[in-house]
Amino acid sequence: MKNFSLGKYALPVYAVLAFTYLLIPIAYTFVFSFNDYRRSNIAWRGFTFDNWTSVCEAQGVCEAFATSVSIGLISTVIATVLGTMIAIALVRYRFKFRSAVSLLLFLPMATPELVLGAGLAAQFFNVGAEMGFGTIVIAHVMFCLSFVVVTVKARVASLDPALEEAGRDLYAAPAQVFWKITFPLLLPGIMAAALLAFALSFDDFIITYFNSGPTETFPKYVYTAAAKGLPGEANVIGMSVFFLAIAIVVTVQVRSSLKAKRLAKIK
Amino acid sequence: MAFAAFSHGGGGSKKSAAPVSKGSGKVALLLLLPGLFYLAVFFIAPLFSLIATSLQTMDISSGFPIYNYGFQVSNYIDVVSQYGPQIFRSFFYALLATIAALIISYPLAYFIGVKARRWPLLQGLMLTLVIAPFFISFLLRTFAWKQIFSNESWIVSGLQQIGLLSPDQYLVGTPFMVIFGLTYNFIPFMTLPLYTTLERLDVRYLEAGADLYASPRKTFMKVTLPLSMPGIVSGTLLTFIPIAGDYVNASGLFLGSTETSMLGNVVESKFLKSYEYPTASALSVILMGAILLLVTLYVRKSGTDDLL
Repeated sequence: MKNFSLGKYALPVYAVLAFTYLLIPIAYTFVFSFNDYRRSNIAWRGFTFDNWTSVCEAQGVCEAFATSVSIGLISTVIATVLGTMIAIALVRYRFKFRSAVSLLLFLPMATPELVLGAGLAAQFFNVGAEMGFGTIVIAHVMFCLSFVVVTVKARVASLDPALEEAGRDLYAAPAQVFWKITFPLLLPGIMAAALLAFALSFDDFIITYFNSGPTETFPKYVYTAAAKGLPGEANVIGMSVFFLAIAIVVTVQVRSSLKAKRLAKIK
Repeated sequence: MAFAAFSHGGGGSKKSAAPVSKGSGKVALLLLLPGLFYLAVFFIAPLFSLIATSLQTMDISSGFPIYNYGFQVSNYIDVVSQYGPQIFRSFFYALLATIAALIISYPLAYFIGVKARRWPLLQGLMLTLVIAPFFISFLLRTFAWKQIFSNESWIVSGLQQIGLLSPDQYLVGTPFMVIFGLTYNFIPFMTLPLYTTLERLDVRYLEAGADLYASPRKTFMKVTLPLSMPGIVSGTLLTFIPIAGDYVNASGLFLGSTETSMLGNVVESKFLKSYEYPTASALSVILMGAILLLVTLYVRKSGTDDLL
């Protein structure tokens, strides 16, 4: 029995330790975003809000951030549209070569980013395409696509077909059924997929580095700046993105938990 | 979400309730074509481009190297003999980091998926903490570890004081540090699929084991572990594959040094700094081939053929 009571506390304590480990670099980045740094942001020199109040002061940080955001938005829109179409086709229609299509969608997720990046760069190089903003977008859509399909597919599969049948029974045109019933029901899945695609695109470095030419994204900025010392403003941008993402995820979770409670009450 | 691809694969096809629209093959084709065409042009074609480039011949008669299409298989032999240590390191580091991630993640995933089952909101918040590192840039969090373990840090001087490190020994630049960084960066890829399978674990099986006088250890080995195998398989694949191709952690700018450089570091420098495209491409093809082979063998061996 002694063993049992020990086990009761061991796991929660372990979990707390593991979470601490996961959060250490985040806490470090947060603390050092308030550092009154000089040349490099390694030693603590005193507390300041300067990095937060004048983020764009460090050369190139804001431009790189803006480039990353616009690349993320464009890639997300394209990948989400293409991926949602595939997801609907996969769940709702039977066709030949189904397993070949599944394999084609699975492979990019199982391929190391290095190979995706180098392969695309070799391709662009062979056809003589100029590297830059456009080639980054092309690359990002490519690796986000499969993740969108998987995420939306789960939602399509859980959709109750009776709702669409009801629409058809009431003489709604196929387009009406789609836009008035199917699409609104799929929207949470599509939104989740879009968020995932944006996060993947925004944080990608390995593929981007091979296909970016002179265009500077935020991760690329950090990589280049790491050699001479990262400015505290980079920490500010990193932390702002972090807090925004956490806020979105926690809001979604709390809302869905409240909804589940309300539904439980009705039943 | 994305991990469902690895754990349940077939997905929607299981739901036979979904209506199959008949006679609308055209619609399906229209829905599929744009995306599949995109993947054919920007995913499949580049892979062939990579193979073609890896077989190119070099012509230095004009003073600077010019690459021509050829069928120079010897490129591969050169690459393997020249970069053997880097290739070995990639897979060795990936193996160690994957094992470390599994050991760290399993109890955590068990706690979230089984012990915290009664509190869904708490479960959700803990999962958010697991993926929290993803919300801060991959490069920023790796850089943070570099600073935390930098030569001037109190951690290093403390370790030197208690004799774990000799006075002229440091952490950044060592294989330990690279494996540490790789483990940290890819832990969420391990924890999430483990959580997905453990969350569905029927605890009555564990009770049955205890009722039949099995010790907790035996119940774990004979019941919990086999039942969580799908999560272990997808988790190890999801961590091993990206780690084997990573070049940020092992880079001299981050946690590594020239002594720790992996296959990815060679590809990066050959491709983007010295423009030796055939060498870089041959190494990438080797990585891709090795990963495909390992994945196939591993999936066969672990008996989860329904992965796709």
